[in-house]
Amino acid sequence: MDRDVYIANGAGFSGDRFDAAVPLVAHLATCSGPRYLMFEVLAERTIALAQNAKAKDPSSGYSPYLENYLRPILHDVQKHQVRIVSNMGAANPAAGARHIHRLAEEMGLKPFKIAVLTGDDVTSYLDRQAIIEAETMEGTSLAGRDLCAANAYLGGDAVAKALDTGADIVLVGRTTDSALVLGPLIHEFGWQEEALDKLAAGTICGHLLECGGQVTGAYFADPGFKDVPDLAGVGFPLAEVRADGQFTITKADGTGGCVTKATVTEQLLYEMHDPSCYLVPDVSADVTEMQLIEEAPNRIKVVGIKGHERPEKLKVTVCVDGGYMAEAEMSYAGLNALKRAKLAGEVVLSRMRASGYNEEIRMDILGAYSVLEGGRAERMEGKNLPFDGDYRVRLALISEDRDKAQLLCNELQHLYCSGPAGGGGYRAAVTEQMASASILLDRALIAPHVKAEVIAHD
Amino acid sequence: MTNIKTRELPLHAIAHARAGDKGNVSNISLIAYLPEAYDFLKREVSEAKVEALFAHLGAGAVKRYELPNLYAFNFVIQDALDGGVNASRSLDRHGKTLSFILLSRLILDIPEALIPPSSPYRDPEFNWR
Repeated sequence: MDRDVYIANGAGFSGDRFDAAVPLVAHLATCSGPRYLMFEVLAERTIALAQNAKAKDPSSGYSPYLENYLRPILHDVQKHQVRIVSNMGAANPAAGARHIHRLAEEMGLKPFKIAVLTGDDVTSYLDRQAIIEAETMEGTSLAGRDLCAANAYLGGDAVAKALDTGADIVLVGRTTDSALVLGPLIHEFGWQEEALDKLAAGTICGHLLECGGQVTGAYFADPGFKDVPDLAGVGFPLAEVRADGQFTITKADGTGGCVTKATVTEQLLYEMHDPSCYLVPDVSADVTEMQLIEEAPNRIKVVGIKGHERPEKLKVTVCVDGGYMAEAEMSYAGLNALKRAKLAGEVVLSRMRASGYNEEIRMDILGAYSVLEGGRAERMEGKNLPFDGDYRVRLALISEDRDKAQLLCNELQHLYCSGPAGGGGYRAAVTEQMASASILLDRALIAPHVKAEVIAHD
Repeated sequence: MTNIKTRELPLHAIAHARAGDKGNVSNISLIAYLPEAYDFLKREVSEAKVEALFAHLGAGAVKRYELPNLYAFNFVIQDALDGGVNASRSLDRHGKTLSFILLSRLILDIPEALIPPSSPYRDPEFNWR
């Protein structure tokens, strides 16, 4: 197989746009060669939440947005033979597959052949106690906590196995995000385990596509300094990949955004550590000699990616119960607002201490010191902040004790009547937290459990 | 080389950046708008300077990776995220806004020739403070 392969990405995270894939499918329809559409919608904690949902209801546990993403494009992908690869399967790909069967039937489409990949959920075959007691990469201990989920990052080789069944649609749970692109490339080009440079190129291609619009001008605009045309209509990305591993990043015709060396470089380094060894299950990718070539406007060719030996161990993300987070906010505006906002925060802090809560409480003043200052008031000493200003005090804590979390919110709310002058706009929330850490496991423990299976319509 | 015209400006005048997170580790890219600015950034934006910029967040060691082909650097900053996305009490639990610490808070004597021709910073009257 030497024909170019076309792969587009219709979603870069679980909260991404539902309509972004529509122009991509229209574009793919004009390409001659194998065409794929991926959706990456699975954040670290999403799979733990899905696991909880599945425990309560065995027919759930896949992406709650599956239908939102697929309904707008399902007719056209069938018409134009675009194959779909997505991690919408989350904790229950088989149930997700059955949902797609029902949706296709309802839409009057021919039945799809749908394959699912399983084996990422290591709790289904490894001892839960051993997982929780394993040494973590972060050095933190999870011992004694309630295990919610533990999923291994599967690679492109596993995704390719699911495509080898001939499926029109492949649903997976946890794989590396880039495997959603590398899988189709291994399947189409037959790249073997030793083709390290090609596997590395396919991995980086996936890395560039996996965040959707982040490579086509989204998350890039800095008005006046770094302008992006029609950000509201930003086109999601598409790669044209050659059998030798060279590829071009572009986007659908008639969409907004831009593909430039600058947008591609920003996305290349996004969430990357050492550029000489970007580790995935299939390979260790090296981009230190990589080059970007502008072939035409909105077309960046990527060459020079090297691959090194794949890692011996696979990364497993372990999620455990993480207590409760409380966040509470109140605004103060006009003359002397900063001091009134600070006083409000101090009143709450003193009452929390009086209640016996001695753990850390973070206090930010939005408009004065917040995200960039780590909520540290002393960072503002000597700075000329507006005396007539618009400030918002924010208090936050994480506690094992839900009542203490709620107390923080209540204490700020009490300031409506019992605080400094002119406080308003109280908002607060207590949210259940998930803590996570990574462990490394031998491939041999995981590989025998990785299975691709076609799910029939029931 | 004494006659090079410089102005006191933030990195924002000559480079762009994006922040990513993995656990409690932040990585921030720094990408020159003009290839000519790469050597200046290499000389001026050291690991020690970046470490000092993030110290108030509790950041530990900083490692700088160089990508001369792309006129870019990647700074990997340990312990900068209050425990990471699932543990942080910050409003910005991923530390996505932190790229603007690097762009906004490192003020250097920057040669005017390294500023892109279309940039507002080319105007000596441009008030960025």
